[in-house]
Amino acid sequence: MTTADDTSSELTLVVNGTAHRLRLDHRTTLLDALREHLGLTGTKKGCDHGQCGACTVLADGRRVNSCLLLAVAARDAEITTIEGLAAADGALHPLQAAFVEHDALQCGYCTPGQICSAAAMLGEAAAGWPSAASASLNPETGPVVLDAAEIRERMSGNLCRCGAYVNILAAITDVARAAP
Amino acid sequence: MRPFGYLTPPDRAGAIAAVTGRPGATFLAGGTNLVDLMKLGVADPDLLVDVTGLLPDRIEPTAAGGLRIGAGVRNSDLAADPGVRAGFPVLARAVLTGASGQLRNMATVGGNLLQRTRCLYFQDVTKPCNKRVPGSGCPARAGDHRNLAILGGSPHCVATHPSDMAVALAALDAVVHVEGPAGPRAVPVTGPVGGLYRLPGDRPDRETTLERGDLITAVEIPPLAYAGNSAYRKVRDRTSYAFAVVSVAAALDVADGVVRDARLAIGAVAPVPWRARAAERVLAGRPATAEWFGRAADAELAKASPLPDNAFKLTLVRNVVVQMLGELAGDGS
Repeated sequence: MTTADDTSSELTLVVNGTAHRLRLDHRTTLLDALREHLGLTGTKKGCDHGQCGACTVLADGRRVNSCLLLAVAARDAEITTIEGLAAADGALHPLQAAFVEHDALQCGYCTPGQICSAAAMLGEAAAGWPSAASASLNPETGPVVLDAAEIRERMSGNLCRCGAYVNILAAITDVARAAP
Repeated sequence: MRPFGYLTPPDRAGAIAAVTGRPGATFLAGGTNLVDLMKLGVADPDLLVDVTGLLPDRIEPTAAGGLRIGAGVRNSDLAADPGVRAGFPVLARAVLTGASGQLRNMATVGGNLLQRTRCLYFQDVTKPCNKRVPGSGCPARAGDHRNLAILGGSPHCVATHPSDMAVALAALDAVVHVEGPAGPRAVPVTGPVGGLYRLPGDRPDRETTLERGDLITAVEIPPLAYAGNSAYRKVRDRTSYAFAVVSVAAALDVADGVVRDARLAIGAVAPVPWRARAAERVLAGRPATAEWFGRAADAELAKASPLPDNAFKLTLVRNVVVQMLGELAGDGS
């Protein structure tokens, strides 16, 4: 039983389908838990203030900034990181393959966040979620057609300091077009 | 960041009691602003009471024809809701222009209302700030104030409220439902009497009328027959993922070229979401023309007291108001 004066908690984090039992200081963000406690260093720490998107992971399938999510508050969620996107046999996720194909990176530091973000973004568009770039808010229109303006707007929470945006856009566009 | 406790009480009464009974305690919901402020040293709680599982998280139509939005609804779900998109487009548009896809997935409606200013001095603990440390001074008036307030500020503080959502809610006459140690009550987002937000005056550290332990549980939007003819425009320094320089939420009811009624609220110009009632009074019953739209903006801005580096907002607000109202009036521009 945790009391108001306890500054750490025993908790279970479910990451890429595996449950991990940990005792964590409450100050630990999900990002630091992944990197420093679970050795999952694919998720990157950029700004650590929710401004760059490098730390993007999926929580119950939704993209979130793991730097602003306390690990103790993420204990009920199924977390998916870049390490969990590829298939069990090692086959790359279509977005990973497209990023390779289109050379959608230079230094690569933002790439795991870009890919996790894009993976969830495709689901949001398929569910018909509008964006600030959508001409219509009409709920009857169904899945969103992801043109360049839509993808740029929806991916604006992921910065790339190398400026690989042109190829990131090309990679995501490829996968969006191939989606059923 | 100092060590802190973390509790997940079984119900709202327990959460309210936990925060009420401990001066260093605060509620945690999406955490997108609070956790950031803790990293910056601006917020320094010794206990977080997680209410994410305790807040209503559904959007329901009210019997009157409005909407009741649970305070735990995530911003992304609010913007995607069919009822919001069809009935109150100004609200969906406002939310969609805020933050990023990731942050909207995390941030709650209640937390969005209570987010803190992004004034550079407030966020930098090495600088004086009357809002953060009462009486320490305000370097903004003589310093970096390009994006700060032109309306409603005081010699003690010219910070701007950062929310887009709250600007739309102000235009829609939304009411905030609160539970606290003194029981439940309802507070309008912006007046005309009272309201959730306080102007800074000589106490910029007191931003809302909420007391310790008060928890926002829902936001209710009353019916508005012409809310379907509403819009939100946000002007910012880059196309996406930036706070507003100026934003405008507007709804317009026009018949035979005459304004029957109008709702107007302005963001990023004041320490609170700024409901433009003076402009609304000018518009009612007047021709739906650019001339009168401009006069309405001028009436609201007559009270402005800009600083040297943000006087441009006067022109910007006027231009955006005239253009938006023109579009809502159907002039095809």
